[in-house]
Amino acid sequence: MADDLILQISNLSKAFGPVQALRGVDFELRRGEIHAIAGENGAGKSTLMNAVDGILRPDSGEIRFDGRPVDIASPAMAQRLGIGFVHQEIALCPDITVAENIFMAATNASPHLLMNYRDLERRAAAVLGQLGDIDPTSLARDLSISQQQLVEIAKALTLDCRVLILDEPTAALTEKEAQVLFGIMRRLAAQGISIIYISHRMVEIFDNCDRVTVLRDGQYITTRKIAETTPREIVNAMVGRVIETLYPEKQRPEERSAEVILAVENLSERRRFRNITFDVRKGEILGFAGLIGAGRSEIVKGICALEGEVTGEVRLKGRCLDRRHYKDSIAEGIVYLSEDRKGDGLFLEMSIASNVSALAVQQIASNLGVIDDRREQAQARGLGEQLNLKCGHVGQPVSTLSGGNQQKVAIAKMLSVKPQVIFLDEPTRGVDVGAKAEIHRILRELARSGVGIVVISSELPELIGVCDRVLVVREGQISGEVSGDSMTEENIMHLASVLERQQVAI
Amino acid sequence: MGLLKRLLRMRETGLILIILALFVVMSFASPYFLTWVNMRAMAMAFAVEGIVVVGMTILLVSGGIDLSVGSVTALAMVIAGLLFLNGVDPWTASLISIAACTAIGAGMGFFVTRVGLHHFIVSLAVMVIARGACLLGTGGRPLGLFTLPPEFKFIGQGSIGVIPVVIVIFVAVVVTFDFMLRRTTIFRKVFYTGSNEKAAAYSGIRTKKVVFLTTTLCSALCGVAGIIYMARFGSAQPTFGIGMELNVIAAAVIGGASLSGGTGTIFGAILGAILLSVVSSSLALLDVSVYWQDIIRGSILLAAVSIDHYLNKRRG
Repeated sequence: MADDLILQISNLSKAFGPVQALRGVDFELRRGEIHAIAGENGAGKSTLMNAVDGILRPDSGEIRFDGRPVDIASPAMAQRLGIGFVHQEIALCPDITVAENIFMAATNASPHLLMNYRDLERRAAAVLGQLGDIDPTSLARDLSISQQQLVEIAKALTLDCRVLILDEPTAALTEKEAQVLFGIMRRLAAQGISIIYISHRMVEIFDNCDRVTVLRDGQYITTRKIAETTPREIVNAMVGRVIETLYPEKQRPEERSAEVILAVENLSERRRFRNITFDVRKGEILGFAGLIGAGRSEIVKGICALEGEVTGEVRLKGRCLDRRHYKDSIAEGIVYLSEDRKGDGLFLEMSIASNVSALAVQQIASNLGVIDDRREQAQARGLGEQLNLKCGHVGQPVSTLSGGNQQKVAIAKMLSVKPQVIFLDEPTRGVDVGAKAEIHRILRELARSGVGIVVISSELPELIGVCDRVLVVREGQISGEVSGDSMTEENIMHLASVLERQQVAI
Repeated sequence: MGLLKRLLRMRETGLILIILALFVVMSFASPYFLTWVNMRAMAMAFAVEGIVVVGMTILLVSGGIDLSVGSVTALAMVIAGLLFLNGVDPWTASLISIAACTAIGAGMGFFVTRVGLHHFIVSLAVMVIARGACLLGTGGRPLGLFTLPPEFKFIGQGSIGVIPVVIVIFVAVVVTFDFMLRRTTIFRKVFYTGSNEKAAAYSGIRTKKVVFLTTTLCSALCGVAGIIYMARFGSAQPTFGIGMELNVIAAAVIGGASLSGGTGTIFGAILGAILLSVVSSSLALLDVSVYWQDIIRGSILLAAVSIDHYLNKRRG
């Protein structure tokens, strides 16, 4: 059977400083199969794939490609071997055409001195034709997010690859676009190309893949044939315990309150969202679901006066707010936790204490504006204890912490101003399972103590597990609301893909 | 962490050790080096420029840069000198001149934060414009200000006891801004902005306002430095300060400021300025050709930054 394997990984390990991202992972990929890799955030999926693509060098272990041991030193080398990788993040050059983007790698390797634009466009059109209606001569910046994702996929398809890695390719795609992609995947597999498919969505894995490998905390857990397993079994393997205990208890019926903390009415922004109306009630955790690019983050940032020229009304406990700048929102106790912790959530090279105090430095300073180091550190220690932050000293730079602990620092920063409403954008992205459960527990405790909590997440199981009510956003509008028994992945995906202003029975 | 260990990890400690080592070597190499006259001359050489270094460091921490410092300093002299020659009282002339430099800084701040241009381009343009204004105002010749009253010249030439007034002003500026940059909430916002502008904005900080103010402050301090130079020289020199921006930026960077913002201290930058000044003075005393001096200074900058980059990478 061994010659049936195109890719064979054995005992692969990789550490980032003190964090062991992969521990002796094994993985086998057969020719012409669609193989899913499942695992929570931080389980090591991306690290493993980055090692296969030559972005990272493993510390130890062996990769065999087509039976021969290989040392993949760079993505260019991976490409020569025939490994194509569609990354989760879209990385197109915005100012050049779709065709040039698609053939960027080919141009890089091209022996010709001059660009042959007409040929590029013709070949790009041929590939794009399979995927959807995209003009190869338009600039990448003018495409929608889902079109950009399709271009990323087209880019990989033009490489004459034998192994294609797709990392969460459907996160920005509508149901229809996703179905087109699945069709292409099956056709490629029939031609003998092997596909590694990374996704959180069990439905997609079970509808389209042949086998699934589960990783957890950087370790190989199991590989199963899809036909011989169930979603529940896979999810349990991913989280390492029975799923019911993963999420904290939801709001009890007697805790339900009609008291509205935050009321948003008819919020619109010229290009990105319209007529957003909803309430955040006391004691509940409200979720925001939707495809990437649907406008969830933009709505929340609009409410916080972080960006955009927004019309409409925001009332906090019945009082209409005049918010010109995010600073005003913070003063009212409305705070936003960014989805991109490293990019715009934290000051990585600054100390934990300085990060925690950033929203309101005046709190730890004298009336004259002189910062009291001891008060700053005491504040960080106090909130750190409340959130179970694991760190040596609050003076150490945030960059030395693990993802989960960094996220706790970001949350401590929010809590430092004793907020009334917290908007959390992807609060557990890149966070290990243990810290994830802890963050969910903290959110529930905050909700119980009367803080309004709104969670945006692309992970449907998380929304379903944590929230009491979920609003679904599609193309800048709220397309529906689900709660109780109607809160299922199918219902949410349906609302996220189809624009119907209807409520799925509450 | 022990005090000693913390001291050793501070960049300032390393610079002080290097400067002390240079002192020891030079005191053997040249009998003239450790004399009061030479010490005083060295201190005077970097003290006024040191005020500009303060402004530049704060601007660098906020993520900006200013190439126009030399021209703006010269322009401050020229504006105040022309006003004085036209019968304005020298103190009033100085205030107007500092206000004009502040306005130039505000103008640059406007182009950077509102129009959205890069600091580098805006200050490059202002560098050329301000120099042109200097030459236009003076016809390219220095303005002799022989009738400056003695109490005004006192700023640049007088002493309090044995300490020159220039040094007193310099120390006062450095101590004040060093404390403020380290400890006050206003300047903490400068660090947040320079460290990660988006995260700062997501913390409710008006980052454009911060950058606008640091840009303005840097030019205002150039104005102050220009006035002190004028009092010291008793003239206004339109070609003064050519190449000053490189010295000033080098001092700040050797002292630990990063061109990508978010790090830097006034104390460190001043030590950087002292180091460069001691090296210049040493080379002169050792009769090294002036043509070699720039090559050596540039190499020191490259070495200091490379060592720092290497150490940071190892730590991170």
